Amino acid sequence: MKMMRYFGKGTLLFRLVLLIQLAFFATLGAAAPLRLEITEGVVEPLAFAAPAFIAENAGGAEYASQLAELVVQDLTSSGLFRAIPSRAHISKITSFSSPVQFSDWAAINAQALIAGAVTAEAGGQITVKFRVYDVFAGQEMGQGLQFTGRADGWRRIAHKVADVVYSRITGETGYFDSRVVFVSETGRKGSRKKRLAVMDYDGENVQYLTDSSALVLAPRFSPSGDKLLYTSYESGFPRIYLMDVGSARRRVLQNSNGTMSFAPRFSPDGNSVVYSLEKGGNTDIYIMSLSSGKQRRLTNSPAIETAPSFSPDGTQVVFESDRSGDPQLYVMPARGGSAKRVSFGNGRYGTPVWSPRGDMIAFTKQSKGRFHIGVMRVDGSQERLLTASFLDEGPSWSPNGRVIMFARETQGANGASSLYSVDVSGRNLKPVRTPDGASDPAWSPLGG
Amino acid sequence: MRRCARWFILTGILFLAACSETGTGGFGSGSSFGTDPAGAIGDPTSPAYFQSAIGDRVVFEIDQSSLTEAGRVVLDGQADWLLENGDYSILVEGHADEQGTRAYNLALGARRANAVREYLSARGVAGSRIQTVSFGKERPIELCSRESCYSVNRRAVTLLDNLGS
Repeated sequence: MKMMRYFGKGTLLFRLVLLIQLAFFATLGAAAPLRLEITEGVVEPLAFAAPAFIAENAGGAEYASQLAELVVQDLTSSGLFRAIPSRAHISKITSFSSPVQFSDWAAINAQALIAGAVTAEAGGQITVKFRVYDVFAGQEMGQGLQFTGRADGWRRIAHKVADVVYSRITGETGYFDSRVVFVSETGRKGSRKKRLAVMDYDGENVQYLTDSSALVLAPRFSPSGDKLLYTSYESGFPRIYLMDVGSARRRVLQNSNGTMSFAPRFSPDGNSVVYSLEKGGNTDIYIMSLSSGKQRRLTNSPAIETAPSFSPDGTQVVFESDRSGDPQLYVMPARGGSAKRVSFGNGRYGTPVWSPRGDMIAFTKQSKGRFHIGVMRVDGSQERLLTASFLDEGPSWSPNGRVIMFARETQGANGASSLYSVDVSGRNLKPVRTPDGASDPAWSPLGG
Repeated sequence: MRRCARWFILTGILFLAACSETGTGGFGSGSSFGTDPAGAIGDPTSPAYFQSAIGDRVVFEIDQSSLTEAGRVVLDGQADWLLENGDYSILVEGHADEQGTRAYNLALGARRANAVREYLSARGVAGSRIQTVSFGKERPIELCSRESCYSVNRRAVTLLDNLGS
């Protein structure tokens, strides 16, 4: 079992140090600041230039181009930015400290410019520094920053740079320095082998956390990103396991015979798990303290109650129930009690997930033989369907609540599942590359 | 592996192969499609007879867990056989077709397995001899995405475990 590289404080393999540099330029003021407001109305991506970073020593040369390329890839993948290709650049950045020729970048209509430099350090480290410029205002946006980390973790440094750029231009946090845990699938449809895997949000650095000896389902990250909850048939029956991502060590959470437990999610404080427990054919929602193991029942109905998800403030839980006759979404207080139905459209609703921003609920909807990923306000209003296919299922929010990843399965005997992402606006639908089939994606929090 | 060995009888060689391949998979392989059950089909005390002559499974309507008339007939036969052959306990696996989300189908499969448990119980099979599990939509037998396959996949399968062996 490969050890995890990323999450967990004090991992030796990857230590990032963020050093906030002093401002090199005084803020000039005057011109309207560059700001991309992310609304449903945004269609025209913001044009930017990110020339190859400057190698400040020989060891840095290896990373200079690929750092800039990955920053470009991250930003353009969001659908909010458009990179002006380097062949169109008429000005070159030759020194990180020289003044920028804004007119040259304005001439090619670059609204933003990212200039960076990389230095190889002793001990396999690199230092990457960068600045973001508002070309038409002729000034730097914010201050220069630098990151130091292991050279073999250069991708993560580039993701961090892209997050800063995204954040400075949109005013919102980014999501590029994040990971996704998912179920990797091989084998034929009737005898699928499944194992847990984790990767960078862009499909790189895949690592497997379990072997395929037991069926595993629906992994979820803890709010701190260092633990996972998932369901496994290791015992022959579905039970919930808690795994430490760094060591891949795991323990079963509860083990009463004759019951099944599944569909777990962490509470926002990471101290509890909300999940489904089946007894005598009836499935209800329970909450369990991770420290004491004490369980409490939150729903009590002969209907199926499953797929619970906390609101980010921890006060409410959205879940799926067929108490009305077919599966619909309900919101109840986190302590249990009366639930309010929030989905009223035509069709069957499932897998609700509260947005990390708290403003929306994403869900799977089944209607007229098709599956959709959709979003609605938390009161059920303003439902919008973002996707449609034979089988789209299981949305997971990016840490900034702007992008949704989900699984899409094709139909028929050769049907296979793979991951897709879509902007919450419904634009920018695209596949997420994985080595084999993939299902049940769950996004991590933003890396630390 | 120990559990695999105990549950081999009905599902036979293929299932054993699956067990050895999957290591700790237990009887929860969900691969309860028929292969060579133990014993001669002509021997009414054999698992082969249970599977073929009586029928080891019942199917359900879309999104339903109530037993059909035909299902009750099969379960009557299962109950009689189990009352005659007290050495066996059973695991009832509930399954769903692929129309539905993973978690909902797990719960739906559990309802189906439980419907079988309750029926057999009511017919006198001791509750202590019956275990249930659901595989939701994870283990279809028929792979097409049409009702002709779905109607086979919405099932509850009774696996025999010979306590005496």
